[in-house]
Amino acid sequence: MFRPEDYDIPNADIAWCPGCGNFGIIRALKMALAQLNLPPQKVVIVSGIGQAAKMPQYVKAHMFNGLHGRSLPAAVAIKMVNPELVVIAESGDGCTYGEGGNHFIHTIRRNPDITNIVHNNQIYGLTKGQASPTTPRGQITTLQIDGVHVDPFNPIAVAVAMDASFVARTFSGYLDLTVEIFKQAIQHRGYALVDVFQPCVSFNKVNTYEWYRQNTYILPDSYNPTDRELAFKVATETDKFALGIIYKNPNKPIFEEQLVPYRNDKTPVALRGLEV
Amino acid sequence: MQPLEEVSVLISGAAGQGIQTVEQVLTAIVKDSGLYVFATKEYMSRVRGGNNSTTLRISCKPVYANIDRVDLLLVLNENAIERHRWRMTPSTIVLGEEKFVRDEPNHVVVEFSKIAESFGNKIYANSVAIGVLAGIMNLDVEAVSKNIEKYFSGKSKQLIDVNVSSALKGYEIGRSLGLKLELRKCEEVKDKRLLNGSLAVALGAVAGGCNFVSSYPMSPSTAVFTELAKLAREHGILVEQAEDEIAAANMTIAAWYAGARGMVTTSGGGFALMCEAISLAGMIETPIVVHLGQRPGPATGLPTRTEQADLNLVLYAGHGEFPRVVYAPGSIEEAYELTARAFNIADKFQIPVFVLTDQYLLDSYYLVDELKSVPMERYVIKTDSNYRRYEVTEDGISPRGIPGYGEGLVRVDSDEHDEFGHITESALVRRTMVEKRLRKMKKIIEESVPPKFSGPDDYETLIVSWGSTYLVVEEALKILNEPRIAHLHFSQVYPVPPVAGTYFEKARRIIFIEQNATGQLANLIKQTFCIDTPERILKYDGFPYSVEQIVKAVREKLGV
Repeated sequence: MFRPEDYDIPNADIAWCPGCGNFGIIRALKMALAQLNLPPQKVVIVSGIGQAAKMPQYVKAHMFNGLHGRSLPAAVAIKMVNPELVVIAESGDGCTYGEGGNHFIHTIRRNPDITNIVHNNQIYGLTKGQASPTTPRGQITTLQIDGVHVDPFNPIAVAVAMDASFVARTFSGYLDLTVEIFKQAIQHRGYALVDVFQPCVSFNKVNTYEWYRQNTYILPDSYNPTDRELAFKVATETDKFALGIIYKNPNKPIFEEQLVPYRNDKTPVALRGLEV
Repeated sequence: MQPLEEVSVLISGAAGQGIQTVEQVLTAIVKDSGLYVFATKEYMSRVRGGNNSTTLRISCKPVYANIDRVDLLLVLNENAIERHRWRMTPSTIVLGEEKFVRDEPNHVVVEFSKIAESFGNKIYANSVAIGVLAGIMNLDVEAVSKNIEKYFSGKSKQLIDVNVSSALKGYEIGRSLGLKLELRKCEEVKDKRLLNGSLAVALGAVAGGCNFVSSYPMSPSTAVFTELAKLAREHGILVEQAEDEIAAANMTIAAWYAGARGMVTTSGGGFALMCEAISLAGMIETPIVVHLGQRPGPATGLPTRTEQADLNLVLYAGHGEFPRVVYAPGSIEEAYELTARAFNIADKFQIPVFVLTDQYLLDSYYLVDELKSVPMERYVIKTDSNYRRYEVTEDGISPRGIPGYGEGLVRVDSDEHDEFGHITESALVRRTMVEKRLRKMKKIIEESVPPKFSGPDDYETLIVSWGSTYLVVEEALKILNEPRIAHLHFSQVYPVPPVAGTYFEKARRIIFIEQNATGQLANLIKQTFCIDTPERILKYDGFPYSVEQIVKAVREKLGV
């Protein structure tokens, strides 16, 4: 059995600020990988650019740390070429919903069997405090000095509207919940979005640990995530944000399984012709 | 009347009238009749209407290049004649329905639509036209039936039969017109293969082991994408139409990272969006093959036409400094060979490799011999637990592992990184890694495809070309038959093969022929060899060079 520390990178020089919400995410991810007993050789973490995108630097697994906003196309291709790998695309809210917004939409359409973890701190941290696509209207930032004057992007509602096969939200301050959601997302067959509220302690003075505790609630056990209408209602709530698995459609075809080279031969294209 | 050696047929009509059908079927009939054929098309950026055309050179001798001269003009709509009048000679025969051709002195009336209607529908007019043209040139009548059947093979028997009957009726009419356009048949061409540039690039990719293609459709490169999709079943190719070019390029790089051999096929505007990804490939030392079918820019430019103006784009695409290779095939055969080679070179050196074609090359057909086999070279290693993706080596090439093959972890990072792929801001590591990446250039240069030289060894004037103009220039120089002119053609434009320098040293005059407005190769050569390159023949109107145009331009330059 693997332990969370088996995914540690020895002497890693972690670039995150003390108290950053990313620490909760990395801890949860390592715990989830260990509990699923996944060898590092089987896992590829793909990211874009930003502080969240440094995640694979600190996790012992394969790493593809590419370009800003482009983690999803890269993750999709890696899964196409080698469906035996566990592919996790991980990046921030700007990377995934801003620069990579088009890829976000089209990856949902494809439904590849990958997990998409989005560190959502509702601000641009690495560039020192501009609004992100998820910053609420009216919030004052270093750039939007009179307050943000556009509506925030709602990733959960968009994903449910597009019938994404797994849509969840968690808060990095809730370790057990996050581990459980990560495990389910990785085990889910198909595209799994996990939007993770994660405080930026340096540049977002509004959405703090306390704010997320006050403004979120955990969906009850009785909640039925396969009810799409209900999921949409939950996704568009504005008073308090729901945490948990908000929507699930396990009946969608898996993208890579339909590709021509896998119709009669399940051998990953990557390994064909190599002496295994 | 002696049979002719060559007939040039121009078929012109509106988009949607089936000119491409006529081109496709007629070229096959010509080949099966034991004749050589060269066909090239030009078309407007619209789905219906306007005026498009295809030119077929049909000959008993090999033909490989575009010409202006038209012997027979088949007119299918009202604006065809005016658009092509400059290509007509006093003996050009204009063939078509009375309403289109009656004002021409040399006209022959065939009522294609009426004949087609006698078979039940005017949509059979194309088959009638194919038959008429075959009859006029006395092509093999069995080849007519066979190729019409082949073209319509997916349709009902009734539809196949009626098209064959329409074509045979056309053939009979063609024979009865008494036009002096019968061709001499003199060489066996049945073992040759009719190929166009797009299919050649696609087949070259397959030969190079391509098993992944992700692109966003864009003229004129889309046909390569389509051909690869058709080859996907037989060759196990992963094909994905990406949401945009940015996704396509990132997917292809990640596909190589994971162990595939991937290509994107695009045009200048699409490639502009991929430049960031090219830089990524440079930094993470992951191979990528880019096929770029050039068309005139800037921006949307002339979307369906031809140009050679994206050399600078691929030379300088991507920020930062890293090695790359640019091929520019000069023929359909080279489109095949160099595309295959692009995969081996990309894999070996872990760099971006470009195959730079253009609309003219992609959309032109001619007969080729058996394609040369290019063995696939694969350089992936099985990793051990101490694997370092960016191991510093003497030649700059680090052994490339892939995830899931061996015990090692394959970690690539777009940030500057150490040997393990870990992010670094160390000045020493930065210098080491920049130098390691650039060190590959030495061996890359050693593996250059040398330029092709033709002509006398004691030349005074050296004509220099690159890419798709090769065969047009070759034919023009044969016609010029000047004893002191030689031709140097670059099929690898970057890195400029060092051997080229010796050819320039010997020349008294150097004239570049390029299909762009600034002489992009001339400028590159000037920069590489520190030589003056003031003499340039340039064309940038969106249409390909013809043999006649090159002959005229060289004559004017040299005063011969």
